[in-house]
Amino acid sequence: MDDSTSNMEHNPTEFELNSTVQRMVEKFGARVEEFRGDPTLEVRADQIVALCQTLRDIEGFEMLVDETAVDYWPAEAPRFHVIYLLRSVSRNQTLCLRVPLDGNEPVMPTMTGVYPNANWYERELWDMFGIHFAGHPDLRRILMPHDWVGHPLRKDYPLGYEEPQFTFNYEQIQARKLNPKD
Amino acid sequence: MEEMILPTSEAMLDGMTHLVSERALEGETLLLNMGPQHPSTHGVLRLLLELDGEKVITVIPDIGYLHTGVEKNMESKTYLKAEVMTDRLDYLNTMGNNLVYVLAIEKLAELDVPPRADGIRVIFTELQRIASHLVWLGTHALDLAAMSVFLYCFREREIILDIMEMCSGQRMMTTYFRPGGLWRDVPSGFEDAVREFIKIFPARIDEYEALLTRNPLFLERVQGLGVLTKENALRWAITGPMLRASGVGFDLRKAKPYSGYEQYDFDIPTQTAGDTYARYQVRMEEMRQSLRIVEQALNKLPYGPVRSNNRKYVPPPRSELGVSMEAVIHHFKLWTEGFNPPAGAVYSAVESPRGELGVYLVSDGGPKPYRIHWRVPSFDNLQILPMLAKGHLVADLVALIGTTDIVLGDVDR
Repeated sequence: MDDSTSNMEHNPTEFELNSTVQRMVEKFGARVEEFRGDPTLEVRADQIVALCQTLRDIEGFEMLVDETAVDYWPAEAPRFHVIYLLRSVSRNQTLCLRVPLDGNEPVMPTMTGVYPNANWYERELWDMFGIHFAGHPDLRRILMPHDWVGHPLRKDYPLGYEEPQFTFNYEQIQARKLNPKD
Repeated sequence: MEEMILPTSEAMLDGMTHLVSERALEGETLLLNMGPQHPSTHGVLRLLLELDGEKVITVIPDIGYLHTGVEKNMESKTYLKAEVMTDRLDYLNTMGNNLVYVLAIEKLAELDVPPRADGIRVIFTELQRIASHLVWLGTHALDLAAMSVFLYCFREREIILDIMEMCSGQRMMTTYFRPGGLWRDVPSGFEDAVREFIKIFPARIDEYEALLTRNPLFLERVQGLGVLTKENALRWAITGPMLRASGVGFDLRKAKPYSGYEQYDFDIPTQTAGDTYARYQVRMEEMRQSLRIVEQALNKLPYGPVRSNNRKYVPPPRSELGVSMEAVIHHFKLWTEGFNPPAGAVYSAVESPRGELGVYLVSDGGPKPYRIHWRVPSFDNLQILPMLAKGHLVADLVALIGTTDIVLGDVDR
């Protein structure tokens, strides 16, 4: 039992998290949304690394708990939202970040320089969504076989069976078919 | 005579040459494939090892052999049908998977849960934690050539699985927790069975400890092995017993209590050494603490309903179907279309036996999850294996895989 256990007893007030959120809004022009009591900060892709750097070094968010994405296809710009979940163990707070991303050119700066465990998360996002992470040290597929074509968690990726193509829906399905070059 | 064809380093390192040292490319060090079918990888994990003699220089984990596309599949199922797939993720923590999933839905839909259901959920997740730690202990000891521990552990695990079968009808794939409560109340023999387990189990933990805790052969293998510092544990988002063995007493059951954990009195075991032995000690103590929680939850367990009365989310009892038209409509709607929680995105997390298990659930207001992401503890915990294993022997690598306590169903989803 050392000092970190006593940190946990220190119950965070919502006020602390709100003031963190407020500072980030002022500094980075982030947009705040609140749903079910959890704040979500929406920022631009070119600011996310600087924002996380600040949150880690100044606001005490030591841990990247999760990094994932949502595909809002057929919306094009933004099509993807990349989601970061940060955790401050010492202050017992969780903060969610959202980055909208253009579907025609899904490129994000890598988070591996700030949180090294983003490595596998970003490989998974590349594998599943085809989001490219600029500056990533090892951007390979992680869950699918290395010669797989396509990115399965995209909404325009079929579930595994083919929908029967009739005359009335021929063009609709044809338009949805994957381009093997993806 | 047929010539034996050995794979060249280029073929083995397809696209991974940047991950090994120069010496491997020149053929000075040995590239060895471990797994995916290897008893000590606890499932189907493939490790590509670069070895200098018996010393590990690099480990390249290759995962995905158990990938079943659960996240994609869930998007095409209603919330109730998708729950069946949650059991299949981390098959040693089925109740915990059910719990984090239903908690996410309950948070999204602001659904109430009766106190009795919360109590039973706590009892089951803690029993599940014990069962999961027993599998870890048995296989960890088996990897270190202590055969008998495995047999004892599985003997006690069987009692827990029997209790789960008694209540849910299934030993492992339970789907027992449902949005708004439970599938149904526990049967009459439940309390006696759990009390019997509480009575016998402390002596059984002593039995395992007698076999291992001061065993010089065991200590020689685990002490000082794979030291994980507090800073590295936080940087790499390690959670669960591995984090607590590195001196950070963070546990979601205390930090962000769910299902009424705040009413129970229990300790969070921590160690500061951060080695394999410290992780062993933390998990052993966690089993005792879980037993304390089970006992308190059982003593406090209130009487009352186990399902919410919100008929938009929870099916009406069978008895109402014959007398209420409203009940028939709800029943029909829930089992055909499913329920429609409001649009939004929530994150819910529980402390699984391996660490923080979370669900990021996005709803578009329809009857199926728009996107569901599983934040699984094994994924992050496995990621630091190359760091832990560097410079150790191959035989120690086996101990290190055991101590990270990965479940490949959890890693690959």
